Amino acid sequence: MTERACDGCTARSWLVGRLGAHLERARSRIDQVLALRDDELIAAIGGRESPDLRRELATLDLDEVRAQTRAAGLETVCRCDPAYPASLLALAAPPAVLHVAGELGRLTGMLAEDPVALVGSRKASPYGLEVARALGRGLAFAGITIVSGMALGIDSAAHAGALEAGRPTVAVLPASADRPYPPGKRALHRRIVAAGAAVSELGPGTSVWRWMFPARNRIIAALAAMTVVVEAGERSGALVTARLAHGIGRPVGAVPGRVTQPQAGGSNGLLAAGASVVRGPQDVLDHLFGAGVRAARAPRRQPPAELAPLLAAIADGHETAAALSRAGFAPDRGLVALAELELGGFVRRGAGGRFSVIP
Amino acid sequence: MLARIATFAIDGIDPHHVWVEVDIRSGLPTFTVVGLGDAAVRESRDRVRSAIANSGFEFPQTRITANLAPAFLRKVGPGFDAALALGVLAASGQVPADALDAYAVFGELSLGGELRDSPGALAVAEGARRAGLERLIVPRERAREAALVGGLEIAGVSSLRAAAEVLAGSSPPPLPAVPAGAPGAPATAAEPDLADIRGHAAPLLALEIAAAGRHNLLLEGAPGTGKTMLARRIPSILPAMSRAEAIEVTRIHSIAGLHAAGLVQARPFRAPHHTISPSGLVGGGAPPRPGEATLAHHGVLFLDELAEFQRSTLDALRQPLEDGCVTIVRGQRALVFPTRFMLVAATNPCPCGFAGVGDRCRCSEADLRRHGRRLSGPLLDRMDLLINVERPTEPELRAPPQTSSALARERVAHARERQRFRLSGYAARCNGEMDAQLARRHVRLDEDAEQALARAYAVGALSARGRHRVVRVARTIADLEGHDHVTHRDLLTALSLRQRGDADALLAA
Repeated sequence: MTERACDGCTARSWLVGRLGAHLERARSRIDQVLALRDDELIAAIGGRESPDLRRELATLDLDEVRAQTRAAGLETVCRCDPAYPASLLALAAPPAVLHVAGELGRLTGMLAEDPVALVGSRKASPYGLEVARALGRGLAFAGITIVSGMALGIDSAAHAGALEAGRPTVAVLPASADRPYPPGKRALHRRIVAAGAAVSELGPGTSVWRWMFPARNRIIAALAAMTVVVEAGERSGALVTARLAHGIGRPVGAVPGRVTQPQAGGSNGLLAAGASVVRGPQDVLDHLFGAGVRAARAPRRQPPAELAPLLAAIADGHETAAALSRAGFAPDRGLVALAELELGGFVRRGAGGRFSVIP
Repeated sequence: MLARIATFAIDGIDPHHVWVEVDIRSGLPTFTVVGLGDAAVRESRDRVRSAIANSGFEFPQTRITANLAPAFLRKVGPGFDAALALGVLAASGQVPADALDAYAVFGELSLGGELRDSPGALAVAEGARRAGLERLIVPRERAREAALVGGLEIAGVSSLRAAAEVLAGSSPPPLPAVPAGAPGAPATAAEPDLADIRGHAAPLLALEIAAAGRHNLLLEGAPGTGKTMLARRIPSILPAMSRAEAIEVTRIHSIAGLHAAGLVQARPFRAPHHTISPSGLVGGGAPPRPGEATLAHHGVLFLDELAEFQRSTLDALRQPLEDGCVTIVRGQRALVFPTRFMLVAATNPCPCGFAGVGDRCRCSEADLRRHGRRLSGPLLDRMDLLINVERPTEPELRAPPQTSSALARERVAHARERQRFRLSGYAARCNGEMDAQLARRHVRLDEDAEQALARAYAVGALSARGRHRVVRVARTIADLEGHDHVTHRDLLTALSLRQRGDADALLAA
């Protein structure tokens, strides 16, 4: 177990977690509030509880805090330590301690070469999910580490894509890195920790407050060399991530969505405001390394010749078994061919028996 | 003077032999019935008194004690009226007492002395035969049903007077004729048929597979696409019931009061509403009555809007599905109801119902997960097949039918025959009933199929359980096709009809 958190940073991390409920009021300016020094923070936020907070902080048993962290299986590194991810220091308020589920050494290796953040809405369209997954997979194949927030929707799809490519990925969690949030993502969390890392600003046992999401987003934005918003509505938290990334001078990209689709309003808005267009992994690689410097290795195989017409029909919008039988693929033969395409990893079967082509 | 006559109490769905003893002594006129009867049995005193008087007999103005033996068995319902009345008549010398020995009597009386239609005559007839009795008197409406049990002389009478005459030695009236179009006759015209279906090519194929292997089936589709219509037609392609099965079904339905006369020919189709309680579904209450699962015995239990059923209700189905019977324990007694049904369920693919229909669905991943959680996992685990049902198009609606129930039923029967041959000597009678061990022993895959299965498992499209289900379904498809070994095509077809999300990658995790 690597423990590289100094006393001051350990106490600071404890304090931020302790202020969980108080910070809720400062949600809209959380990045500025977190930049305050300990005593300023208590004075600004603590209210009537301030004297108690000061006393608690002064008498804090750091060994106890460290023991708890150790018991939760988390490794730590603080912002005074050379092993701390340098990219985070661009923030006005870098997290005092980074808690890592997984291995700190592995995290350092993963962050060494231009990671990319893939973020987006929780209420994503099937198209958005498929694109997020494909971007995650394609970039991971090209050796890029994917950073995201493990939320429902786009975030999870991006992680899943990276894992599909057999590459580790980094999840930044709002409360504690040892516990999956949302809790339903237990299996995904386990896989991410096993191969890559889940990290958080706060220590074990912290309960989740709303301010922790924008706070978490600033870590995603800072860890990544580029932030790509895959699909986001007008009020999505992913836009916060994009704004924060832009604020610290990191490039922001967005995937074009349909103009009629409210789920893509935010990401399309980013494009209108000048974000770079991301049509696939290659666009991201070109932006990071210069056009044509690094090629997205295409692991794509061609489907067997007899299945190509079926695949083309699905891509053309005949997305269900019935639609395909209308397009001239007999049901018995069609079912066999669909299973074959599915096994080959060319299509995916979704809710309502709808097939989508894996890009 | 003492008289004794046999009748039967129905406990759950089983007949129990009951002796009605009537003793007449001099004393103040009273009429007491003892022997653990319920309110209906206590009230039967007044019916018996009036029925005897109104049938032209005399009700003895003395002290009458009737006993229903054995005294520990709880007796329920008005079916003891006729036996009590004939007991009183015999004890008072108005009918010959020695004639009672060969008879069992069953039925409810009206005040006017008519023998009323009472449920459960077939069970009573089976009890009478088991008890070695030769003759049975039942209400006339139930005569044909009781006559399904061979080796008994059935007297279907419509009044107490007629019953007394039968006991006095006059020949019983002939059995009533089968009314035309009644369920007694093999009627197929009114039954829903696959020929009514337009479009739905893939679902039709899947229905046939499900029927051939008796696989439980989940239909998924937007509202109004025809899920219920498809499900209703499943009994019409299942193989015809054997006589033993038909008698069992008739007995259950007769006790539940569901059925008019004669032998039930069509396999039952039960579609309880989703507000049903657990005891309504699997049986229960006091006295315990068979639930919908038992009424669907040898037929189809259809749960429409599966996600709307209460969780506790669906979980109650687990034992019946697993064991083919349900045990209801009430107080000192345990009753066993048979529940070998084929489970067919229908559900919307997502909360809004329109997943898969163009871009109409607006459900988020969270909505889908919530919807998935509403479907009971253990129950889904028993569903071998998933069929997506879509709205047929206009040209499909105008096209001629693609198949008929008779054709499909023939293929199904053929496939069942192959299964029976292969599984002879085992408890399972069709592929849907095979457990993993049996499947390992009896399902042979050819080399290509083996490879495809291994690949599906390796890429995470299947869980271990899902793999077992796919193998069973593939075996059924091979039976329909007449293949000895499961071929590549059989297996791929089974794969495309599997449940989504068996181990479906990470988004579902």
